[in-house]
Amino acid sequence: MDIADGLLHGFYVALQPTNIFWCFVGCLLGTVVGILPGLGPAATISLLLPLTFSMDPAGGVIMMAGIYYGAKYGGSTTSILLNIPGESSSVVTCLDGYQMARKGRAGAALGIAAIASFVAGTVGIVLLTLVAPPVAAFALRFSSPEYFALMVLGLALVVLLSGPSLIKGLLALLVGLWLTSIGTDIFTAQARFIFGQAPLLGGIEFMVVAIGVFALAEVMANIDGGEESQMLPVPRGLRNLLPTWEDLKACRFAFLNGSVVGFLIGVLPGAGGTIASFISYGLEKAVSRHPEKFGTGVPEGVAAPEGANNADTGGALVPLLTLGIPGGSSTAILLAALIIWGIRPGPLMMQESPDVFWGLVASMYIGNVMLLVLNLPLVPLFAQLLRLPTYILHPFIFGISIVGVYGVTGRLFDTALLAGFGLLGYIMTKLKYPTAPLILGFVLGDSMERALRQSLMMSQGDLTMLVQRPISAVMLALAALVLILPLLSYFNRARVRALAGG
Amino acid sequence: MQKYNLRNSDVVSGAILAALGAYIVTQARFWNYYNPDGPGPGFFPTWYGLLMIGLALALIISTAMKPKPQEQRKDWVGTRRALITWLTFTACVAVMGVLGFRLSFALFTFLLVAFVFQRTLVTAALTAVGATAAFYIVFPVLLGVQLPTGWFGF
Repeated sequence: MDIADGLLHGFYVALQPTNIFWCFVGCLLGTVVGILPGLGPAATISLLLPLTFSMDPAGGVIMMAGIYYGAKYGGSTTSILLNIPGESSSVVTCLDGYQMARKGRAGAALGIAAIASFVAGTVGIVLLTLVAPPVAAFALRFSSPEYFALMVLGLALVVLLSGPSLIKGLLALLVGLWLTSIGTDIFTAQARFIFGQAPLLGGIEFMVVAIGVFALAEVMANIDGGEESQMLPVPRGLRNLLPTWEDLKACRFAFLNGSVVGFLIGVLPGAGGTIASFISYGLEKAVSRHPEKFGTGVPEGVAAPEGANNADTGGALVPLLTLGIPGGSSTAILLAALIIWGIRPGPLMMQESPDVFWGLVASMYIGNVMLLVLNLPLVPLFAQLLRLPTYILHPFIFGISIVGVYGVTGRLFDTALLAGFGLLGYIMTKLKYPTAPLILGFVLGDSMERALRQSLMMSQGDLTMLVQRPISAVMLALAALVLILPLLSYFNRARVRALAGG
Repeated sequence: MQKYNLRNSDVVSGAILAALGAYIVTQARFWNYYNPDGPGPGFFPTWYGLLMIGLALALIISTAMKPKPQEQRKDWVGTRRALITWLTFTACVAVMGVLGFRLSFALFTFLLVAFVFQRTLVTAALTAVGATAAFYIVFPVLLGVQLPTGWFGF
């Protein structure tokens, strides 16, 4: 099936009434969680994942992906109206978006954010459509050593970009690898690290870790923070939300910049929308004729980062769908969801599950249009969500967490584990340990161990086999470089500065 | 003379992770490191356990050697609120087998709203009843999702 046929088939799947409905639900929920500060897409996807198990896989993944990219649209609303980013990828939007709102141009800022998100999001999906098939074709050459090397490289990049401390990122990753080892060994059926608890023989359910570390920990961190902000007024009426012709003219390079930078950064594991938005903003400022005005409320300062953090979604799906390697927390949860539905993301996914692969890609085109329609005229309505008291919202998240876990496993033992992982996630946040490497280690640990052990079986225990095959040798060398370079203070300073957005 | 910076969260967390690494390596010694057909169940844990010990020690040493930072006021109020929330949630989960989801969740919501968010008892009670009713209607009634039941049958 070539790209055109695949896409046509995808539209046939995505335009089924049930799938349009799930796409709409995903986009709507994504916008809502994007708007609500403190409830991210990773937490929401993990919370809702158990409810999708009875759904058709194509519908389930279309809805989950809708939450993922819909949250990027919604994240700008709080940045502009409250000066609080709804998502980490909307941090930089605060700089000019909030200043525009303070000058009485909140409507234009929200409109530019929505249009930039639509343009760049669509470009990101076009690039995903074009890039994914050749990447998958190339990945068909991979065997166990290459997969092991690829996972090492992916995890190294995630650790590199997860936070200022490389050691803490690596330690979080190793804890994730340990957690995934708990249970019965895949090759020998040996029970490992079960502490005498029979329920642990089957391993720890992914949802328990994901909901605990993301949803519960996020709520606890919010309760810890405890501050509430004043919202700036949102103008009503579509006319007040449309940017002027001058605004759009000023943003034309920002749309292109955001689209390309966002997609390219999105492909890199670990980089994600936050870094993409900072780089895109920095680039926009660097080429601007009036860089001194950035931070005072210029429309390009909203368009570039908002575009980048939406184009990033298309980029992030390339390694996920073609190689089975997630680049961040949300895509790690999507990977786990696909595996639970019995789908194997990787180079054969296009052939084995064309409905899911092409249906998802096509649904993203539809979802982007839905989000533009939802976000332009309905922003004042969505903004009312910010008035929802946290004392009502937070108990609901705790309740959904219990229902999500118990509904799937039917064991109170897992709800007790959930509480434990909630505390772990909160402590990690307090001590500035990144959580993304832990969740990626947990998701990939099993496959990584399997690939390593299969490689060593193939070579009869000869580890040098990993560096004798050219593709795995290159990837392992890159991974080593990624982890060794920050030991040099010059590179580490640059890395930390880039992560801080400086 | 520069004092070592040992009373630090990174040192403590590093020590805990080093202990976890030591536990992993010790446990892995009980399982085959290598079988006739390839690596055994002890192979992978041994390596990441050793790496964990090494990195945790590196974290401890690098933190301890740094000059002690100026004392910063920590927001213990926020931490206390978060930990009380967690304890309440854990207690709710612990009694769920006895009280069932509805009672324990209502109790949890009441305590959270009244004592962590410091709303009036009436607001807390109304929120608890409303939230529990919403859960009951959405999950068991509309979606057919089972919730934990207790000794009282609900």
